[in-house]
Amino acid sequence: MGLIEDRFHPNILVTSADKVFNWARRSALWPMTFGLACCAIEMMAAGASRFDMDRFGAGIFRATPRQADLLIVSGSVTEKMAPIIRRLYDQIPDPKWVISMGICSTAGGPFPTYSHVQGVDRVVPVDVYVPGCPPRPEALLYGLLVLQDKIDRMTIAKRTARAQ
Amino acid sequence: MSDNDSNHDDVQVPAPPPPRSLVRLREVRGDDLQEVDEGEVPIVRVNPERIEDVCRFLKEDPDCRMELLSNLSGVDMMALDRPEPRFDVVYHLFSVATGERITLKAAVGENEEIPTVSTVWRTANWHEREAFDMFGIRFAGHPDLRRILMPDEFDAHPLRKDFPIEGRAKDHGYWRRPEDERGRSES
Repeated sequence: MGLIEDRFHPNILVTSADKVFNWARRSALWPMTFGLACCAIEMMAAGASRFDMDRFGAGIFRATPRQADLLIVSGSVTEKMAPIIRRLYDQIPDPKWVISMGICSTAGGPFPTYSHVQGVDRVVPVDVYVPGCPPRPEALLYGLLVLQDKIDRMTIAKRTARAQ
Repeated sequence: MSDNDSNHDDVQVPAPPPPRSLVRLREVRGDDLQEVDEGEVPIVRVNPERIEDVCRFLKEDPDCRMELLSNLSGVDMMALDRPEPRFDVVYHLFSVATGERITLKAAVGENEEIPTVSTVWRTANWHEREAFDMFGIRFAGHPDLRRILMPDEFDAHPLRKDFPIEGRAKDHGYWRRPEDERGRSES
């Protein structure tokens, strides 16, 4: 504060670009409507009034990947569904995040079979894994808060440097 | 008291009469039946070449009226000590009108065909496609014998007993790409 003290008018806030971007990104995470199995019921409960994901800015489920930031993979991923998930993930504009909800999408769960993807991280990069079968809505909310903490640690400088 | 108890042991409950549909089936189509296991739901092993005729009779006979094919499935008999013929096709029939049920079984080998019953019950169309997809059982005369559950390019029949339960390595795809890692936070 010492350097800039008394050099600006009052009512001016000083912060870093990272903080502004991260605040905006974590405060309006729009998930995509993407229910695959029974975990989707808990995801709907998390979005409804009792648990109210809108308190964290993540309650606006979009029906198209073009308007979404967050892909919640809620349920079993079959080998037949995997290329569709990949395409939907590719259609989400950057920056984008993925929550793997439940043990089925995290590691295959009780389905070590020919038809089942043994972990959705074979298909898309996953940011937060939420364990459970299915996870309670509180668990999904906690996963969302962990993701928000993770977004808070992002920096534009690092992203630019690594991209080049 | 004890007298009553001993008396109960001696009571002979008369066996219920066989279902009307089974009686009719034996009367009219007895030559096509190979083996009959009478029970609450009779299980009838049918000559596979005659399965379509037997099914049509059971559906259209006014005493049987098996309007509903409630299930049609394949069974790989390899694990059940019957190497040849390899598969069974099992038909579970139900009559809404009389409440009777009957189960038909027909054996079919690995490279043989069995007549379709999709001409009798249209619901058999997708059931037979599933049996074809999962076991590779071919149904002669089926209008559209394609895979129904597995991807079209899949080259095996996963419910056969010699197929690995976890699937083959090549069945489990990998869709991640190098650019997925670009720009991701290090934390």
